[in-house]
Amino acid sequence: MKARKAGWIFVAPALLVLGLFFFLPVLAAFLMSLTDFDLYALRDAANLRFVGLRNYGHLLTEPLFWKALGNTVYFVVLGVPLSIGASLGAALLVNSKVARFRNLFRTVFFAPVVTTLVAVAVVWRYIFHTRYGFLNYALGIFDIAPIDWMGDPHWAMPAIIVLAVWKNFGYNMIILLAALQSIPDDLYEAARIDGASNWQLFRHITLPGLAPVLTLVSILTMTGYFQLFAEPYVMTEGGPLQSTLSVLYFMYEEGFKWWSLGRASAVAFLLFVLMFVVTLVQLRVTRREGQL
Amino acid sequence: MKRPAATLLVNTALVIGGIATAFPLVWMLSVSFMQSGAAGHFPPPLLPAEPTLENYRVLFAKHAAGRYMFNSALVALVVTCISLIFNTMAGYAFAKLRFSGRDRVFSLLLGALVIPGQVVMIPLFALMKELGLVSTYGGVIVPAMASVFGIFLVRQYALSLPDELLEAARIDGASEMRIFRSIVVPLLRPILVTLAILTFMASWNDFMWPLIVLTQQKLHTLPVALASLSREHVQDSELMMAGAVITVVPVLVLFLSMQRYYIAGILAGGVKG
Repeated sequence: MKARKAGWIFVAPALLVLGLFFFLPVLAAFLMSLTDFDLYALRDAANLRFVGLRNYGHLLTEPLFWKALGNTVYFVVLGVPLSIGASLGAALLVNSKVARFRNLFRTVFFAPVVTTLVAVAVVWRYIFHTRYGFLNYALGIFDIAPIDWMGDPHWAMPAIIVLAVWKNFGYNMIILLAALQSIPDDLYEAARIDGASNWQLFRHITLPGLAPVLTLVSILTMTGYFQLFAEPYVMTEGGPLQSTLSVLYFMYEEGFKWWSLGRASAVAFLLFVLMFVVTLVQLRVTRREGQL
Repeated sequence: MKRPAATLLVNTALVIGGIATAFPLVWMLSVSFMQSGAAGHFPPPLLPAEPTLENYRVLFAKHAAGRYMFNSALVALVVTCISLIFNTMAGYAFAKLRFSGRDRVFSLLLGALVIPGQVVMIPLFALMKELGLVSTYGGVIVPAMASVFGIFLVRQYALSLPDELLEAARIDGASEMRIFRSIVVPLLRPILVTLAILTFMASWNDFMWPLIVLTQQKLHTLPVALASLSREHVQDSELMMAGAVITVVPVLVLFLSMQRYYIAGILAGGVKG
């Protein structure tokens, strides 16, 4: 009896905070997306009008929203596999029996994860500088002509992807490393005695052993990448020619530049639905593959 | 593949990857000590010809970097302290105290993990406006006073606490608060250190919400200030690198000194904060 009351008292502060500042706004987000909430409504709720699904209709016919959505999908579709690939490569290297200074390299590969995104975006903007940046200098050594990374609509998003991969691969590397170390050594020994090649070992022991973890990290990475915002905000301001405008950036501008908070809520809600659906699809696909 | 060839290949790949990964951070540090304008040369200089602290001086004297650093530290410390208390109490209760509706409430919380924080930012802004917290430290601190991830992390760890110990204390007549403070918290110490580090870093690095809610420049945290400074001083590379250094170095040092706890948190959670 005493413990029962104590339980509620112990969880009350956290539940109060989460309820008021997370669950209530989640519900409000959907309701707000059905209104014309703007600067006037922010001052006095009496100015609020219910508009039904008009915000959604407006968005779906707005070319800039589709542009932002396309850019975000491009970032996710290219960025997630590259990130996971880099994470897997780094994890395999660090886990290799012949590797030296493994702890040092693990730390170095992980360091970008803890850095401040805004700060490293500023650093990378300089590395990508057309004339004085280090990247174009390095490419010049191989006789590759300078690329206008931040000024060319074709190259701005790839540049942001490079930053994102560099910043994030260490995180999944740590998780994959733990998974690699949990694959029993006997499996490899037995297969080697049977004459399996390194590639066969990787294909038939390592990859299946990592499969569940790979699914998990790709879903987490994907949902993270759908939330692209700070990189274009700092590096390109969404340009050039809106080529790096992301869905969240679009939401930010609708909401806090034009103060169309109702419409911005609709953007947030659509993004959430999209992420949710893609996650479900990914789970289902991997489950089906697992059955084959 | 033969052993020596494999050794060479793996270690070469590690060295190249390591250099490529560390390079941006090392170069950032190096350029931050260059004279103004020195970085605008081709080929790009690797080391400062005449090292100087001038960029840092300008940053603190002309651009109020000290103020932004204070704001960042204050917000991150307060968020860490309060959320640590709330999350620990809740995480422990969800693991060890029996009360009606406990498991249903907990699975509701877990379900909330799929909702990205950005969905709530717009209504949250309206709510903050209503509460008079827009453009105050409170606007950043208050919504971060508890987190599902933190509760989850503490709960997972607290599940392994021995029930007999808590029961014995109860029989001896200790109050629930007393048990929590004198028995539970000391036993949870490792996970609390982990959670404190993760929370501090997440708060220090946070960008989008502070950008939205801290509308007054004098309240800006370092990332927000650096973003607006970098938009105004696009060509001033040396100054920007110094700004990046003072933003990144505190968290990097914290990570390097507490690496074991940090990694433990990632592996225990498996979920991004």
